[in-house]
Amino acid sequence: MRIFITGIGAISAIGNNVEENYNSLISQKSGIKKLKYLETTHSKDTLFGECSLSDNEMIELLELDKNGFYTRTALLAMTAAKEAFYSSGCTSEDCRTGIVSGTTVAGMGQSEKFYDKYLNSDFSNGYINTHEAADSTEKIAEYLNITDYMTTISTACSSSANAIIYGARLIKNGVLDRVVVGGADSLSRFTVNGFKTLMILDKQQCKPYDRDRKGLNLGEAAAYLVLESEDLLKKNNRLALAELKGYANTNDAYHQTASSPDGYGAFLAMSQAVKNAKLKTADIDYINAHGTGTPNNDLTEGLAIQRLFDKEMPLFSSTKAFTGHTLAAAGSLEAVFSILSLNQQVIFPNMFFENQIEELEITPETKLIENIKVNNILSNSFGFGGNDTSLIFSRVDNLNIKFD
Amino acid sequence: MNIYINGAKSVSPQNSLDYNLFCENVIEHNGKFATAIKPNYKQHFKPIEARRMSKVVKNSVIAAKFALEEAKVEMPDAISVGTGLGIVSDTEKFLQKMIDNNEQFLTPTSFIQSTHNTVAGQIALGLKCHNHNFTFVHRAFSFESALQDAVMQLREGKSNILVGAADEMTDHYYDIIKKNGLLKTEPFLNTDLYKYKNKGAYCGEAQSFFALSSENKPETYAKFIDNKTFYKPKSYDEIKTNIEDFLTHHNLQTSDIDMVILGPSGDYDSDKVYYSLQNDLFMSNYVTYYKHLVGEFHTATGFAFWLATNAIKFNKTPDFISLLNIKPKKINKVLIYNHYFNINHSIFLLSKD
Repeated sequence: MRIFITGIGAISAIGNNVEENYNSLISQKSGIKKLKYLETTHSKDTLFGECSLSDNEMIELLELDKNGFYTRTALLAMTAAKEAFYSSGCTSEDCRTGIVSGTTVAGMGQSEKFYDKYLNSDFSNGYINTHEAADSTEKIAEYLNITDYMTTISTACSSSANAIIYGARLIKNGVLDRVVVGGADSLSRFTVNGFKTLMILDKQQCKPYDRDRKGLNLGEAAAYLVLESEDLLKKNNRLALAELKGYANTNDAYHQTASSPDGYGAFLAMSQAVKNAKLKTADIDYINAHGTGTPNNDLTEGLAIQRLFDKEMPLFSSTKAFTGHTLAAAGSLEAVFSILSLNQQVIFPNMFFENQIEELEITPETKLIENIKVNNILSNSFGFGGNDTSLIFSRVDNLNIKFD
Repeated sequence: MNIYINGAKSVSPQNSLDYNLFCENVIEHNGKFATAIKPNYKQHFKPIEARRMSKVVKNSVIAAKFALEEAKVEMPDAISVGTGLGIVSDTEKFLQKMIDNNEQFLTPTSFIQSTHNTVAGQIALGLKCHNHNFTFVHRAFSFESALQDAVMQLREGKSNILVGAADEMTDHYYDIIKKNGLLKTEPFLNTDLYKYKNKGAYCGEAQSFFALSSENKPETYAKFIDNKTFYKPKSYDEIKTNIEDFLTHHNLQTSDIDMVILGPSGDYDSDKVYYSLQNDLFMSNYVTYYKHLVGEFHTATGFAFWLATNAIKFNKTPDFISLLNIKPKKINKVLIYNHYFNINHSIFLLSKD
C-alpha cells in the first residue's frame, strides 16, 4: 500500500507557516539570532533558532483560553498541526484518523521555571500536568478532534522522523486510514545547558559540513504532515503533495550520544530506506542531511553517505544553518522542506559552508538550485541512544504547491 | 497470524522475577509509594555502569535480558519500549544542578542519561542490536503503543521482538505530582489499598519486558490476541460499550473469560468505573486487581500483562490478587481493562491457545 502526504504545516525560526519557511529558504535568510523569549544566562553570548511568535501571540492565533496552561511545545505543536490538517482539507469524521507526535523537551520549558517552587513551597499550578510528553499530543488531538488513535514517540532527535514511520505503518497495517504525524520541541534551559555541557553548541551561526564547524545551534520548531492511504485518496478523489516512498530506523549501538567512527547506524538506515522504497541509490536526487554542525555528526554522516552512494553521489545539503537543530521536530521539519523541494523543484543551500572537510570527498550544495529535476529525496535524522532514521519522499506529478 | 509471548520478566515491588515465588506471599510496602525490589546489580553491571545508570535503566536491562534468555532469543529484530516519564531521576539531577549552579559548571552525565529513549538505547547498546528501536512516551498508552509497534513488526515479517514497559518513581517527582490532588499524600500500607473508599491513587513503578514471536515454542507463555485503546470516554456507558464491542469482535462473551484483571488504583472516584463493571459485566467472573502490588503509574499495564502471561502459563494465581474465594480450574483466556485517571483506557486479551 502506498502512503501519500496531503497536508503540511510548519513553524520554525524562519517562519510561522510553510509559506514563510519556504520564502526564507529561497531567499537564504537564516533564523539564527539572539534570544527574545527564553531566559538563560547564555543568552548574551550564544545564538539560537527561536520562533518569532510569543506564547501569547500563539494563544491568540489559536483562539485558546488565555487562562489555560499551554506549554510552548504544545503551542508550537498546535500551530503547525492545525496548518497541516486544514491545508489537507480533511476532517476527522469520515475515517479512522490518528495523531502520532514526537517530542523530547515536552513540558520542560515550564517545569524548569517552577521546579524549585514546586519542591520547596506550597506553590502549585496547572503546569504540573503539562510536563509529560503526552501533553502536547493530547492538546493537538483535542484541538483538531482527532481521538481515534494517539501516541507520542521520544527517540531524541529522530523522534518526529520516527513518528512519520509509525504513522505510515499504522495505515499499512490497517489500524488507521489517515494520520497526522510530526513533532514539536520548544527551546528550554534544560536542553541549552545539556548541549552546552557536551561542548557541541556553537555560540555563533553554525556551519554544517564545514571544516571549521564548531557545533550546532539549538532551535525550536514544530512540523506535521497528514498521511493518507492510496485508497482513501482515490475514494475522495483528492491530490497528494508527495509520496512517502520508504523509510528505515536502525540503531548505531555504539555510544549513548556519539556516532560510531564510520557512521554504521546511519549507513544502515539509509541503505535500508532505499531498499524499503524499492529504489536504487542512483534514483536518489538529493539528500537532506542531518548535518547538525557538530564535528562528530557531519564527519560520520558524511562517511556513511560516501560509503552508500560511492560513485552515484546525489546532491546534498543540511538546512540546519537556517533553523538550528530543532531536536524532536527536526525530522518532520526537514520532511516539510523535502516536500517543498519536490514540489518546487528546487534544492535549498547548505549555508555558511566555506571549507571542505578534509576526511570527506563530498561537498554540500552552497547555492539555491532552481529548475532542477528532483524526484526522490532522502532525509536523515539521527539522535541520542544511537537512533538513526532515514525517510524517502518522492514526487507525484499531479500537484504543485505554488507560492508567489 | 498468531503472536506468542515467549519470555516475560518483570522487576517490580513484588518478587516478580520468579512467578512461583511471587505467588507465595505479597511484599508489603508502607512508604509513600511502592518501590521496585532491587535485583542484584553486581551480577549484571560493572560498578561504573551501575553508578551511571538510573534504576529504571538497570532494572529494564535486567528484565529484558531475562525475557530474551527465556525465549532463547539472542538478537531481537526490533526493540520497542513504552515509558510514560523516561528517566526521571537523571532529569531531576541535571535540573537541580542547573538551578543550584545558575547554569554554570555542569557536567553532561545526567543530561546524557536523561533522554526518554535511554532504556531502549542501552538495551541495544548491550546487545549490539542495530535493529528498529522505538520508544513511546504517551502516558498510559506508552506500553500499549510499544505493543502495537511489536505486533506490526511481526506482521511485517520480523521474527522476534523485545517489548517493554518501564517507569520509575522518585521522591521529588512524587512530591510535585501529588500537588495535582490525584495521589495518596501520606505513607500507606499497600495491602490496605482496597479497604478504604478515599481519594488519591497509590503510586509505584515496575519494569516489565516481553519477548514476542510469531512462533509457538516449548517456552511459550501465552498467546497475545488483541489490545484496544480509547481516550477520555464521555460516559461510563461508553466504556462498557467499548469492552462489550471488544469481546464481540473476538466472538466472546464474558463467560468465556477465565480471569479479569482490573486496575483500581485506590482513588475511589476514578475506581468506581471498575466496581460498576464488576457489577454489570463481570459479576460471574474471577476478577483480580494488581495496583496494590505495584502502584499506579503510566506503564502499570505492563505488570498486568506480565501477571496475565504467567497466570496462563502456570495455570495458577496467588490468593492476594482477588477478593473472591473462587478460582478458575483452568486459566485459558485473560482480559485486562485499565484506565489512568479516566484519560487513557486500554483493553487487552490474552489466551492459552
